Amino acid sequence: MSTVAAPSALELARLRLHRRRKRTNVVALTLALMAMAFGIFWLVWILVETVHLGVGALSVSLVTEMTPPPQAETGGLANAIFGSLVMVTLATLLGTPIGILAGIYLAEYGQRSWLGSATRFINDILLSAPSIVIGLFIYTVVVARTRTFSGWAGILALALIVIPVVIRTTENILALIPNALREAAYALGTPKWRVITTVTLRAARAGVITGVLLAFARIAGETAPLLFTALSNQFWTNDLAQPMASLPVTIFKFAMSPYENWQKLAWAGVFLITLGVLLLHIVARTFFRNRI
Amino acid sequence: MSTIASAQPYLPEAGTRAGMRGRPPAARRVWPWADALFSVLAHGAAWLTLALLAAILVSLVIGAAPAIREYGLNFLWTSEWDPVQNRYGGLVMIYGTLMTSFIALVIAVPVSFGIALFLTELSPTWLKRPLGTAIELLAAVPSIVYGMWGLLVFSPILARFVQQPLQAAFHGVPLLGPLVSGPPVGIGLLSAGIILAIMVIPFIASVMRDVFDVTPPMLKESAYALGSTTWEVVWKVVLPYTKTGVVGGIMLGLGRAIGETMAVTFVIGNFNQLHSLSLFEAANSITSALANEFGEAAQGLHQASLIYLGLVLFVITFVVLAGSKILLQQLKKREGTVA
Amino acid sequence: MLKYQTLVRATAAVAIASAAFAATAQDITGAGATFPAPVYAKWADAYNKATGARLNYQSVGSGAGIQQIRAKTVDFGASDMPLADDVLAKDGLMQFPTVIGGVVPVVNVKGVAPGQLKLTGQVLGDIYLGKIAKWSDPALKSLNPGLALPDEAISPVRRADGSGTSFIFTNYLSKTNADWKAKVGEGTAVNWPTGAGGKGNEGVAAFVQRLPNSIGYVEYAYAKQNKMTYALLKNRDGNFVPPDADNFKAAAAGADWSKTFFQVLTDQPGKDAWPISGATFILVYKAPEKPVNVANALKFFDWAYANGDKMADDLEYVPLPAAVKDLVRKSWATNVKDSGGKALAWK
Repeated sequence: MSTVAAPSALELARLRLHRRRKRTNVVALTLALMAMAFGIFWLVWILVETVHLGVGALSVSLVTEMTPPPQAETGGLANAIFGSLVMVTLATLLGTPIGILAGIYLAEYGQRSWLGSATRFINDILLSAPSIVIGLFIYTVVVARTRTFSGWAGILALALIVIPVVIRTTENILALIPNALREAAYALGTPKWRVITTVTLRAARAGVITGVLLAFARIAGETAPLLFTALSNQFWTNDLAQPMASLPVTIFKFAMSPYENWQKLAWAGVFLITLGVLLLHIVARTFFRNRI
Repeated sequence: MSTIASAQPYLPEAGTRAGMRGRPPAARRVWPWADALFSVLAHGAAWLTLALLAAILVSLVIGAAPAIREYGLNFLWTSEWDPVQNRYGGLVMIYGTLMTSFIALVIAVPVSFGIALFLTELSPTWLKRPLGTAIELLAAVPSIVYGMWGLLVFSPILARFVQQPLQAAFHGVPLLGPLVSGPPVGIGLLSAGIILAIMVIPFIASVMRDVFDVTPPMLKESAYALGSTTWEVVWKVVLPYTKTGVVGGIMLGLGRAIGETMAVTFVIGNFNQLHSLSLFEAANSITSALANEFGEAAQGLHQASLIYLGLVLFVITFVVLAGSKILLQQLKKREGTVA
Repeated sequence: MLKYQTLVRATAAVAIASAAFAATAQDITGAGATFPAPVYAKWADAYNKATGARLNYQSVGSGAGIQQIRAKTVDFGASDMPLADDVLAKDGLMQFPTVIGGVVPVVNVKGVAPGQLKLTGQVLGDIYLGKIAKWSDPALKSLNPGLALPDEAISPVRRADGSGTSFIFTNYLSKTNADWKAKVGEGTAVNWPTGAGGKGNEGVAAFVQRLPNSIGYVEYAYAKQNKMTYALLKNRDGNFVPPDADNFKAAAAGADWSKTFFQVLTDQPGKDAWPISGATFILVYKAPEKPVNVANALKFFDWAYANGDKMADDLEYVPLPAAVKDLVRKSWATNVKDSGGKALAWK
């Protein structure tokens, strides 16, 4: 009859260690699961409230009629939606090229130069610049000089918010592209600019697009920089040199008012912005993921 | 010379590329100026960023000059803010900004790390994208909505289910007691901090997730091959590898928290005085003060003091960033990756 | 490559589109008080339907309205706080009233219905000073013997932004509470000793509705629209009066507009006078840089004086008496001139 030898002290210690490591693993992963649930919980709660309060006010008139005075029977958000679309799109178009170029500089040209380090540092500071300070800066430099609130001032303020976000995400993602890719291209005799545009950027495309979209999403909901630059407008205007309505500022004004029709429009506007940005994210993710 | 075809010496046809004799022609570049132009554009963009910050700083300093001349550094620890008597001090706002951001990070960083961990290691593949998008959706929600939702939906619940029980539980306890004293009505530093945390989670989590994803699988598999648990792989291999990105993500989140205006101004209470250390008291933050008071601040000491506050905010950011860079430098030194 | 092609195409499209934006004539821009914002928006809409001209009014607070007209970024400013005549002269501005309204204390106390709670200026000031901290305080009990007030802490709510409504309210408190006058004073933004700050009249209303045992002050329309619990106030003659349009009118009755438009209508004599009434004002330059815009603005207000009374009434504001409107028109003719020194043609 064979007996199993009693485990030695070493084996016991190893067993204990093994069990402890396993336990830590389970605890950590459970906490991770709970963290995920925590995040999803807030999202669901906010979205449910938004849908609950916004869906009731949805109708075609939202995009066909202007912002109404209080207690009016009809009314919509057409001028605010249009103003927001124009200002956010133009601001992103203005800020993205500058941001991507500077990100390219940081990742491809300026890894060790003093200009690179300075730019990196300053970009981090700009990232933290509160949007209201940007708005006030544009107010001092543009609005006070031109003596009028205008859509252009709003666009400039939003672009100043886009640039640091795009720089940071572009640089981060470009830095993670392995050098082997670049070196292979150089070995084939590709000039540097071509390596960057057709090899590195293409490899990083998903990340760069994500960065641009995060910036777009961020400025789509920004209110503070528009308060003192584009102001707002009760009426429709195509003219970027005039005060321009925007969805967040209009929502801000309407949501806290005591008037029923304004409040409903505010929640509808919130629903629209959230829905719009959600669709944007989904489209970008599925469309660009497939192209890697 | 044999007439067998296969025995003939190989001579490529004339006129083809392979038939060229002698030295190859000099290399010809398409658009030789393109490299220079691109380099100029890239450098120019970097200079533009520098110029932007310089312009903002100069504009702030010029605007704040009257207040700087009047108060000097005492502004930072004076808590009196009196527009009627024209006496200003920024301590209340500075404390509010720092405290709410601190609370936000304390909550958001572990949660974001947990979310990134879940998304990269635990989640089944078919669930990864929807969940990832769902978390990023939190970033899509405009800050106005956070403010409104925070004030109208969240704070009554916070008051009833968190603040009041906490106050009852810690009543009389030496250190924690004063921290939870104050009116439990759901507005104040704690509410603003929690709402900021929710706003900041998607930023930190998505950067962490992206950066965890591009960790070379070889590193992770080597660790697994040695018998590491999932947690150990993430904590000891992935996190150190991605620490620059992680710290960058946290800075992104911190920047968002420090600079957030609308959500904070709805729930912080806009109270320009500092009576106690309580987290439940109404307070004020720099951005909230700017939003509320700048439009109407008369040229002169009021406006200059507000701009001085904006300048202080920039300095706070600068200090935080410099601190994190030094931290990273130290970490890298300990690993030997920096000379 | 696709990304770049689409990017280039998109940029081109937007550039062409924005170049194609015709400069639509935006007639007038004004900014200021939240107090009259609803009625100005209604007037502007009706005016646009009647004449096609557009008046864009943004409610950013009285303080901001004064600041923006001084910076000349708007064509007119609006403020519930009238500027003193010497300040007007120094800045080259003139002001005129448009409508009259009232600021109303509102509370959120269980068991207290609208129009039940009685307050005086002294007590109100003490609450906002922090001297009266609980609803069960003897001062409140003696004013309201029949009311069962709970033994809870009072949560005062006030304005966070620079507000003409605050000016009217603190002006009243300064007149009726000596301690308030000494410690805090009056203005669009004061050093509030207590209280959470809401943004705009709406913010204060929202806070009071949600915070139990709170008290705040809002313009009458906000209290009525939100069916809030308003309080009665003791006026100068010693009567406890409720807030309504008639009592605001009574308060304005004693004002003499003929010498100057600088009228503060708080604590006025009259048996029905509501003690915290006030007019709201428009500020324009006497020699404006853009005389056409200001002429159009005056045209708008002239139209509003003639056609806007019912709309103001519907929104719980008190239109000016006809005599005052004529005084205003006369002052336009004498004061507001274009670059050639001629009075602006607003008729």
